[in-house]
Amino acid sequence: MTPLWPPIASHYAAHVDALIWWYTLVVVLLTAPVFILIAVYALRYRRGRVADRRLKTNSSILIETSWSVIPFLITVAFFVYAAMLFFGLHNAPANAMTIDVEGKQWMWKFEHPEGQRELNDLHVPAGVPIKLVMTSQDVIHSFYLPALRIKQDVLPGRYTSLWFKADRPGRYRLMCSEFCGTDHSLMGGSIYVMQPGDYARWLRTAGLDASLAVRGASLFRALGCSGCHTGQTGSAAPDLAGLYGRPVPLSDGRVVAADDQYIHDKILTPNRDVPAGYPAAMPTYAHQVSEDQILELTAYVKSLESANGGTRP
Amino acid sequence: MTTADWANVETPEEKVSYLRAGHTLRSWLFSTDHKRIAILYLLAISFFFLIGGLAAAAIRIELISPTGVFLSNDAYNRAFTMHGIIMVWFFLIPSIPNTFGNFLIPLMIGARDLAFPKLNLLSWYIYVIGGFVTLYALIMGGVDTGWTFYTPLSSLYANGHVVAVAAAVFIVGFSSILTGVNFIVTVHKLRAPGMTWGRLPLFVWSHYATSLVLVLATPVLAITLVLLAAERLFGLGVFDPSMGGDPLLFQDLFWFYSHPAVYIMVLPALGVVSELVAAAAHKRVFGYWFVAYSSVAIAVIGFLVWGHHMFVSGQSPYASAIFSFLSLVVAVPSAIKVYNWTATLYKGSISLDPPFLYAMGFIGLFVVGGLTGLMLAMLAIDVHVTDTYFVVAHFHYIMVGGTVTAFFGALHFWWPKITGRLYPLAWGRVAAVLIFVGFNFTFFPQFILGYLGMPRRYHIYPPEFQPLHVLSSAGASILGLGYLFPLVYLLWSLRNGKPAGPNPWDAKGLEWTTPSPPPKHNFEEIPVVTEEAYAYPPLGEHSK
Repeated sequence: MTPLWPPIASHYAAHVDALIWWYTLVVVLLTAPVFILIAVYALRYRRGRVADRRLKTNSSILIETSWSVIPFLITVAFFVYAAMLFFGLHNAPANAMTIDVEGKQWMWKFEHPEGQRELNDLHVPAGVPIKLVMTSQDVIHSFYLPALRIKQDVLPGRYTSLWFKADRPGRYRLMCSEFCGTDHSLMGGSIYVMQPGDYARWLRTAGLDASLAVRGASLFRALGCSGCHTGQTGSAAPDLAGLYGRPVPLSDGRVVAADDQYIHDKILTPNRDVPAGYPAAMPTYAHQVSEDQILELTAYVKSLESANGGTRP
Repeated sequence: MTTADWANVETPEEKVSYLRAGHTLRSWLFSTDHKRIAILYLLAISFFFLIGGLAAAAIRIELISPTGVFLSNDAYNRAFTMHGIIMVWFFLIPSIPNTFGNFLIPLMIGARDLAFPKLNLLSWYIYVIGGFVTLYALIMGGVDTGWTFYTPLSSLYANGHVVAVAAAVFIVGFSSILTGVNFIVTVHKLRAPGMTWGRLPLFVWSHYATSLVLVLATPVLAITLVLLAAERLFGLGVFDPSMGGDPLLFQDLFWFYSHPAVYIMVLPALGVVSELVAAAAHKRVFGYWFVAYSSVAIAVIGFLVWGHHMFVSGQSPYASAIFSFLSLVVAVPSAIKVYNWTATLYKGSISLDPPFLYAMGFIGLFVVGGLTGLMLAMLAIDVHVTDTYFVVAHFHYIMVGGTVTAFFGALHFWWPKITGRLYPLAWGRVAAVLIFVGFNFTFFPQFILGYLGMPRRYHIYPPEFQPLHVLSSAGASILGLGYLFPLVYLLWSLRNGKPAGPNPWDAKGLEWTTPSPPPKHNFEEIPVVTEEAYAYPPLGEHSK
């Protein structure tokens, strides 16, 4: 089911929505006469129809001035309101909690004040002002939270920031909105707005796993895994996003669950239990990785569960 | 050709029409006749419109499914990049000026050619060379930076043929500059006796304003592309932060050209619509001077709004506020035109022949495009919808709904003048309606997609957006059909159409005083102008 309006996760978002509704109403009122008059004139004065076509004037400074100045002044009022909202967006409150954000092709890394790290997903407490301090390791990205109606470009060699106060707990999309190369459209995840108590619990339990996943992510690239597991349709190896915990049909007809053991075994003895539809082409990493590293890789694969917005089954 | 020569020709319409003044390929490829060069341009840009349209078709087919259908992520990125580059620089920018401007400006001001006929031919050859370089880059695998070439993606990270495409755009820019210079000098120096500035058709005014932008803005693009190529090839570092450069400088330079470039695409369309509305209503355009000067105002203020593309880029919020305000200011002259066209229809004698249906379709789509542009100029709204499908829909309403609709309106209005033949009017009406309906089905859903938070340039997208994408793709198939229709009946009319006669629409303007197609040198004798533009006879109390 397609929604016709995006979720509203903050008071700020509600303000932006109110602005666009009122503004749309005003511009419709300003332009409806144009559409109606064109239709009326095209009928009443169509060629061949008898009508009174005597004209008094073909130019009028009074008319020209009024139909340019009055709409302009109305739009200026909206400009002031929109600019005030915009300046508010650039003045974070002093007590805001800072989260560091790093964009790189094609993932988001987050680091919480206490050092917990996350990949692609961001957990934040509701009702608390959050300030994101952002930079990019490579090209320009843009950090976009549609449910909060905010985005900010993320630049290499420079910090940009963005602050928000999410009011409504829930899970919302988090995306990259500045074109950044091949997998631009896969660069995203979710923002989890949590009750402060839930957030405190999450910080205690989830921090370690997330930082494992970050280390796993760099291993995943260093070992060359990402060369085949590109996450794209049609690549040589299966997409690992959302794999964890899912049933996997094998080439011999059995179905197994993709749990920790399965991932562990696939790294060491890849050509046993080959997934249906793929060649037995993966080399073994038995002599290259330690168990610690396998744990990290597994944590990374788990973290991919909600890459791409977590929408895959 | 002197007057005496003309007198000896038995049937001047047939024997000395520009179409019949030589039948060899050479007589076309080396012609300095502005009308023949206009035809050369028409053929060349139609070819690129087709290529860009095929890329658009690939994009719309691919987006039917949220996980893609045929293309890899890289192939998709290359498809939308090529679509943008070809449509902007090889179709939209030269579209109306280099075909209809070329053909009509001398005819409209009572001249026998442009001021520099050889420069005009050179402009076409430069365009063709740029086009071949683009095709080379396309065949070699294309480029995946988006048409905006943002650094450091384009300079350090992208794998495609960035330098080749930048070279192509650099080259084609010179064709723009030469055409701009030619039009400016022609309007200043070659107006017929009595053709004062106040009597110029509004089409000429808008092309004059366009030419100023072409000449002043295009060199900035050229410099920017040279810096980009130097960065990619030699590691120059102007835009590379690791060498102390600034990637935002690229965006400032790029938009300093590319925002005025929007007006290069739109101003000629506005000129076309002023001509069409006056001819449709059989009435002088309401507020002639306001419409004329609004073109110049748009061209001038258009240079001061480029920062509205950069509200979320990291630009100073104070700069953003100023750019936002100036963007509202630049909307005023556009609004003036729309209100004046509406007032022109009042008490007119309105024809609903195909060219005029296109004109009314243009007004509707241009208004939607303009107003959503005003929404994007509002800072807090822009933060949410910039780089989403809302922007994609907005600029397609301006460039496709506006410029391409006006291009088709111009084609249907001046086709009888250019070819001497009438096309079937009923088919023309069907195509105009198809294009209008198909366009709205294609692009209106994209406004909703954008506000919902669908970023642009996404190959893989969240599944909840699929229904709107499917609707958009379905609309695009109607739109594509609408664009193919005229191709069929216009080509058919070349052989089978009824002879048009000099003035099939009973319109005012010097171009309608010549035979159709016009003779090689346009006017047997340079006309003397004694009346204002659009001097239609006044309509009475019981007129039809």
